[in-house]
Amino acid sequence: MQRHFDEELRQLKEQLSAMAGLAEQAVGKSVKALVDRDPRLAQAVMDEDAAVNRLEVEIENACLSLLARYQPEAKDLRTIAMVFKIVNDLERVGDQGVNIAERTIDLLKEPLLKPLIDIPKMAALAQQMLKDALDAFVNQDAELARAVCRRDDEVDHLNDQIYHELLVYMTQDAKTITRAIDLILIGRHLERVADHATNIAEDVYYLVKGTTIKHRLAGT
Amino acid sequence: MDVALRAERLSAWFGSTQAVQAVTLQIARHQVTAIIGPSGCGKSTFIRCLNRMHEVIPEARVEGAVWLDSENLYADGVDPVDVRRRVGMVFQKPNPFPTMTVYDNVAAGLRLNGLRARPELDRVVEESLRLAALWDEVKDKLRAPGTSLSGGQQQRLCIARALAVKPEVLLMDEPCSALDPIATAKIEELLYQLKERYTVVLVTHNMQQAARVSDTTGFLLMGELVEFGPTGKLFTNPSEPRTEAYITGRFG
Amino acid sequence: MTRPMRRRRVASALVFGVTAGCAALTVSTLFFLLGYIVWHGIGGLNWAFFTQLPKPVGELGGGMVNAIVGTAKLLFLATAIGIPIGCFGGIYLAEFGHGRLAFLVRYAADVLNGVPSIVMGIFAYTLIVLPMRQFSALAGGLALGIMMIPIAVRSTEEFLKLVPLSVREAAWALGLPEWKTIAFVVIPAAYRGLLTGILLDVARVAGETAPLLFTAFNNRVWSHGWLEPIASLPVMIYTYSIAPYDDWHRQAWAAALVLMLFVLVVNGGARLLLPRRRAA
Repeated sequence: MQRHFDEELRQLKEQLSAMAGLAEQAVGKSVKALVDRDPRLAQAVMDEDAAVNRLEVEIENACLSLLARYQPEAKDLRTIAMVFKIVNDLERVGDQGVNIAERTIDLLKEPLLKPLIDIPKMAALAQQMLKDALDAFVNQDAELARAVCRRDDEVDHLNDQIYHELLVYMTQDAKTITRAIDLILIGRHLERVADHATNIAEDVYYLVKGTTIKHRLAGT
Repeated sequence: MDVALRAERLSAWFGSTQAVQAVTLQIARHQVTAIIGPSGCGKSTFIRCLNRMHEVIPEARVEGAVWLDSENLYADGVDPVDVRRRVGMVFQKPNPFPTMTVYDNVAAGLRLNGLRARPELDRVVEESLRLAALWDEVKDKLRAPGTSLSGGQQQRLCIARALAVKPEVLLMDEPCSALDPIATAKIEELLYQLKERYTVVLVTHNMQQAARVSDTTGFLLMGELVEFGPTGKLFTNPSEPRTEAYITGRFG
Repeated sequence: MTRPMRRRRVASALVFGVTAGCAALTVSTLFFLLGYIVWHGIGGLNWAFFTQLPKPVGELGGGMVNAIVGTAKLLFLATAIGIPIGCFGGIYLAEFGHGRLAFLVRYAADVLNGVPSIVMGIFAYTLIVLPMRQFSALAGGLALGIMMIPIAVRSTEEFLKLVPLSVREAAWALGLPEWKTIAFVVIPAAYRGLLTGILLDVARVAGETAPLLFTAFNNRVWSHGWLEPIASLPVMIYTYSIAPYDDWHRQAWAAALVLMLFVLVVNGGARLLLPRRRAA
């Protein structure tokens, strides 16, 4: 039986997808700004964060309204509860995109320190994780969600690599320190993005299955 | 789990139509157990089997067992009248005895079973009315006709009347259906206090009410017990797809 | 006003007119009857009527005190016989009557109700008067009592059935056995209706004449005990009306008036007892 609630839920999910798209783009554009050495692109990312934040508020209000009006149960209830949480993670992802953009603007004031290999790789991985987590949400795919969680290790590993590589640069030449630190921090921001994607994936798993895989609590 | 009442493959018929299909479940002591389900699913019939009220209908039939502690209420030689003294019932529409006062209504079960001592009756009447959260509202009009109270008060009067005979289990068949939201809220609040001393089985078509007041919930569909478990789990993550379909309103 | 609307109005007015007219006719018939009796009977109502015995044939004056007391005595016996049997029968039908036997009982009651009163009289005559070889109050009371049974059965059953099932269920759920439920919950809840039924039953048989002709017969003096013929108002009305004396005619009208007033009072009282259904 189709209900009016289902229509409103569908709209909510669409809004969430839109917000996810914006957040993911923020990350993508900010790293592209770094790679292409484009300060205006970085600035654009910072300006566009307002849209992400606005969507966060809108979606949260919509969730509260649905809870109050429909008293949803079971899967409907879990969906709305998880949308609350996912929205939070997405907003943080947007913020990380802004952080990366800020660092980029700083970095672009000085010449390139070294060819960027790991950072774009990390960015691609993190973006893909985000995309997949949202796909899992849209398609109610618990297995895809679980797979996303496993990829977090790879991102962490790349982050470590960046850190150790830049550490070598810093110890050899003090003039590279500011740029190296900025790059390390960008790596850290990307690692956080991947963590948020993992959180989202865990939430999606709970939504679909009703049991949680958070904190390695398999099947509770 | 301390089991107060247990149904064992309980089935019930109206003539040749089967309304309850071999239901087995356990009612825990000092808890509220709710039975939900769509109209016609057999929940009222089921609950009426628990105090042997179903069989007063002509052509009604019951099979299976109902265990109150260690005694089968349907065993040969068990007197249904006796069963009903031990398992009380409150009905959907408040039904105070029309010719009796508030006091007489509450005392009716006791008086008509032989208790006449005035001080004792007074004590039980007050205790029961307090338990039903009605004492403060009627203590000055105990001599008023039972029917002069409002709908919500009448229902609490019926609860007091049922409690006065100190049943072991209290059955409630959609007790708030005929009441307004405030009266309903008062009775729901009352259930939290009642379960300290009594075991309650509640039939309701209002899912949110079951979610609010019960510890355990059973979902009945066409006479079959589809799911039975802790209320929190049943309403956040039910095991059965039919349960999920019903509680999310996607039925039919 | 449009055509169909006018037609509707005319039709409504017509229906209203016809039904109101018939209602008015009914009421006016009663008032006419009452008026007629009052007109003719009021003259005969005097102290003597209520206190004196009938005078010997040919003499003027006298009263019907023995008939008034006689009617009372007969109604008392009839009630004592008819009401308990009828009421308990009605209780059976209302509380336990779900099968073939109940159908039979109801059918029997309805048929009994339709038995002509004179046949009832002959029945009592054969049963009591012949063996005893005399007319008696006992026989008269019995005849009237039997006539009261079917009405009592049906009215008791109907009024008990008016008590909603929910009230009974409440009693059963408290662990009250069937008989206590009936005695202490259902009957008290229905007592007004039951009492009304009894009163109406009494009023109905108060005026029966035919059965008394064969059983109680008549008596121009006091009758003692239950085994003597006894005077009654209906029989006196009959006897005096067909006699050639004007004085007796006047007394017959007075008796008719008294009987009529008795019936009116009892019916009115019954109406008062049973409050009109209040809008819930």
